[in-house]
Amino acid sequence: MENILREGSAKTPAVSFDSASGILELKGRSIPENSVEFYKPLNDWIDSYGSKPCSETIVDIKLEYFNTSSSKCILDLFKKLEYINKQGSVVSINWYFEQDDEDMEEAGEDYQAIIKLPFKMIEVEEI
Amino acid sequence: MYHTLEQEKIILSFNGVVTADFLTAVLDIVETKMNHLEEPPKTKKKVFNVLVECLQNLYHHIDEGKGERKEMRKYKSVLVMVIRDENNFFIQTGNYIDKTSVKNLEDRLKKINSLDKEHLREYYREVLGNGSISDKGTAGLGMIDIARKSGNKLEYEFLEIDKDFSFFSLNVKID
Repeated sequence: MENILREGSAKTPAVSFDSASGILELKGRSIPENSVEFYKPLNDWIDSYGSKPCSETIVDIKLEYFNTSSSKCILDLFKKLEYINKQGSVVSINWYFEQDDEDMEEAGEDYQAIIKLPFKMIEVEEI
Repeated sequence: MYHTLEQEKIILSFNGVVTADFLTAVLDIVETKMNHLEEPPKTKKKVFNVLVECLQNLYHHIDEGKGERKEMRKYKSVLVMVIRDENNFFIQTGNYIDKTSVKNLEDRLKKINSLDKEHLREYYREVLGNGSISDKGTAGLGMIDIARKSGNKLEYEFLEIDKDFSFFSLNVKID
C-alpha cells in the first residue's frame, strides 16, 4: 500500500505513515477549522493498514498543540489503532511534549485514560 | 485612546465578519506579535491556543442564525480583542447569537464554571470519549478546553438585542 508523506502547514501537522516499517508520525500543530477533512484520509489509511499490519506498530505523536476539533479525530485514530492492537500487531504510542508544557502533557494523559494502548510520555526541549 | 494603548497593551482588536481567511490572518498576526513579547513560551502557547478555540467557536457558530434578514450581515459581525495588562492576558469576543441558543450555551457555561480543575478534566474526558463529532467538525469541547487552558472561570454576558438576537460577550483571563 502507498505511504502517506505530507509536509506540515501553519494549521496542519506533517504526516509520515509508513506501512513497511510500521512507524506512524504526526508532527507540528493541528488547528484546521474542519479537522474531519484533514484526518479522514489518515484514518482510512489506518483501516487499510490494519488488514496487513507490521508485527509492531509505533506511533509517534509530536504535536505542539491541537484544537478541540482535532482532538476528536485523534481519538478516532487511536481507536482504530486499538483495534489493530487486538488483531495482533503490537501497537505503542510515544506521546511527545515540550518541557513545561503541562497542557500537552495532560492531553496525552487524557487519551491514555480513554484508550487501551501503552503510552510512553516523552518530554523534549523542543518539538 | 493613547492611555488604553499604553496601559492595557492591546495586541489585537477586530470588528468584522469571520471568514476562514480572516481566521488565518488573525492567528498569523497574533503569533508574530507574541513572538516579540518577553513572555514564557508556555504563556504564549496558552494564549494562542485559547485564541484558536475562541475564533473557531465564532467561525462555526456564527452562521447558525435563522431566516433571511436584510441586516443579516450585521449579525455575522464579531468583535475580537487580545489584551495584556501587567499580570495577565485577556481574550475577549463578542457575537450575536440566536435567542433560541442562549439557554443551551448559558447552561453549558454555568456547568463549566461550577467545576474545579480536576472535575473539569473529568468532564472533558467524558465529552471527548462519548460525544460525537458534528458535520462542522466541532465536538462540544471548545468551551471546556478554553476554561481548562485559561485556569480561570469564564466571564460572560448575554445582552438582549431584539426579538431574534442576543449579544454574547466572553472574557477569558489567562494566567
